[in-house]
Amino acid sequence: MAKEIVQSFQVEFLQILDEGGRCDEDLLASLGEKEIRGFYEWMVLIRTFDEKALNLQRAGRLGTYASVRGQEAVQVGCGLALSKIDWFFPAFREPGISMIRGIPMKMIYQYWAGDERGGAIPEGINDFPTAIPVGTHIPHAVGAAWAAKHRKDPIAVLVSFGDGATSKGDFHEGMNFAGVFRLPIVFLCQNNRWAISVPLSRQTASATLAQKAIAYGFNGIQVDGNDVFSVHYAVAQALEHARAGGGPTFIECLTYRLGDHTTADDATRYRSAQELDQWREKDPLKRLEEYLERKEIGGESFQEKTRESARQRVSQAVEEFETTSDADPLDLFRYLFSNPTPELLAQMDALRKELKDRPPGR
Amino acid sequence: MAKLTLVQSINRALAEEMKRDPNVILLGEDIGKDGGVFRATDGLLEQFGEDRVVDTPLSESALVGAAIGMAAYGLIPVIEIQFMGFIYAAMEQLVSHASRLRNRSRGRYACPIVIRTPYGGGIHAPEHHSESTEAYFIHTPGLRVVVPATPSDAYGLLIASIRDPDPVLFLEPARIYRAIKEEVSQTDPVPLGRARVVTLGTDVTLIAWGSMLHPTLAAASELQERGIQAEVLDLRTLSPLDTPALLESVRKTGRAVVVHEAPRTGGFGAEIVARINEEALLSLEAPVERVTGFDTPIPLPRQENYYLPNKSRILEATLKVLEF
Repeated sequence: MAKEIVQSFQVEFLQILDEGGRCDEDLLASLGEKEIRGFYEWMVLIRTFDEKALNLQRAGRLGTYASVRGQEAVQVGCGLALSKIDWFFPAFREPGISMIRGIPMKMIYQYWAGDERGGAIPEGINDFPTAIPVGTHIPHAVGAAWAAKHRKDPIAVLVSFGDGATSKGDFHEGMNFAGVFRLPIVFLCQNNRWAISVPLSRQTASATLAQKAIAYGFNGIQVDGNDVFSVHYAVAQALEHARAGGGPTFIECLTYRLGDHTTADDATRYRSAQELDQWREKDPLKRLEEYLERKEIGGESFQEKTRESARQRVSQAVEEFETTSDADPLDLFRYLFSNPTPELLAQMDALRKELKDRPPGR
Repeated sequence: MAKLTLVQSINRALAEEMKRDPNVILLGEDIGKDGGVFRATDGLLEQFGEDRVVDTPLSESALVGAAIGMAAYGLIPVIEIQFMGFIYAAMEQLVSHASRLRNRSRGRYACPIVIRTPYGGGIHAPEHHSESTEAYFIHTPGLRVVVPATPSDAYGLLIASIRDPDPVLFLEPARIYRAIKEEVSQTDPVPLGRARVVTLGTDVTLIAWGSMLHPTLAAASELQERGIQAEVLDLRTLSPLDTPALLESVRKTGRAVVVHEAPRTGGFGAEIVARINEEALLSLEAPVERVTGFDTPIPLPRQENYYLPNKSRILEATLKVLEF
């Protein structure tokens, strides 16, 4: 018997609004002007929030911060596709999605300023706090999706991570579980081409990241991650597929990190100015602005008004963040267990005494 | 009342908790049809169905990781890791996430999971099947570490662990899974964090847990024949440690020996000695001795008996403390 092909696969690429302004209006059909204006307002707010975070960090008012500049289309497309009842598991470069989910900007600043209260996700928002060790939150999302399926809750779970995470065991183990148990989950990869200084070509020899899903028995697609319409369309479809019992989807969003990895990084050490310039041309915000202008959405002053309103909201968040009094140092002991152990209580007493004798910071 | 082995009492505790609370769900490798490699989950698939007794892919990290997400969602996952030597793949999930979730979310999410795993040597198993590395986990803030030594305690401690709102590592002494049978009249949970005085004595305190309790009791009974009254303390929960019980006994006897099969350096015995020294130094008549494994990996079965603490080593150390 001769060899035969037992399986073959294809990977789709989705782009609704391209860099030249060409737009697939059929795929856009479900979106009204109001929604498109909303996309823009969120993208501007995220850009403004992010710029402010970098300024605060430079001024010593924030700790290390991971900028999301250049990835706003993914954040907005994804954030707005999620519904309130869905669960969301971020890595550490999703301030935009978190904001859309309802987490106050003040709390995101708090987290990056080193205040643990920034991780206290408010009741009613089904999100996990930031996950710093790369990819380790993927199994958590899988578990939540599994529990939802177990209880027959008609919700979906979305987990976001970067291209670097696709090299981690937890990514593969989580994808495998999701495939085997056909869980209601969307794996959203923000492929921004750099994991700190290591380029995509060092993470994988695969032609796409999307194709990794195929090995786990579900669909993987690639979308233009700098086109907010594509991301929104793909994520909304995948979530619906998950909620309807169709199982997982992997979405690879092709985007670019315009900033450094974090404020502790200097990307000029490892990538060329030329490459950065090329991607600045593909800035997702610019692409949407050109579209708005071409379609005369929102009128003349819309963009400026949006920017002004974002500046005001961000200033207010900074004000709230900076006027929040410090956390009680004894909180160190209060949240580890439902009831602190005798050792913790003794250590708490020791710190309490120390604070009485010697005020904090002395 | 039927006599149960330790592994049977674990099976019973699992079945009863699953009956009591529909949120309890079992996850692991070979725990379904096969009933677990030690048969701890025997018959549970038939009783509770495959939605609640779930054979998973061979994937320790995702197993613990998924349990964290499930627990946050409201379920109570009880995981079986086949042998302690295979838990390290899930170390990051345990240390960086399970143990920290409540704290880092300021109490928004709890992580009520139980990770059951057989530990320890003496079962003539291949390499990596005989580990006793509890110290790694005791060192992790936010995890409870529980080790039963008898069928009754295995039952009561497992019930308490499943009902505990925080993550528990439940170490099952594989060596005595079937070595002892007793009537298990226990119906209540055994509270976590409480040691048990197994035999009362006035001359020396012998401190042990898990499978090491049994050579320790054998040594105590031989000492008694020589007129020496040893008080044997079974710690049962290693984290949090029952420091008051430890101190009470040592203050009474003035002498102590700690027994564990884990390596000596950085082993939990060192912490026990430190606590005694901090709080009861002036009650001591002699330095506290440690009887432990060596600072080598536990050897393959042909040589493991040279490694594992036994009755004669415990006796020797106890006599040294008594004769100091």
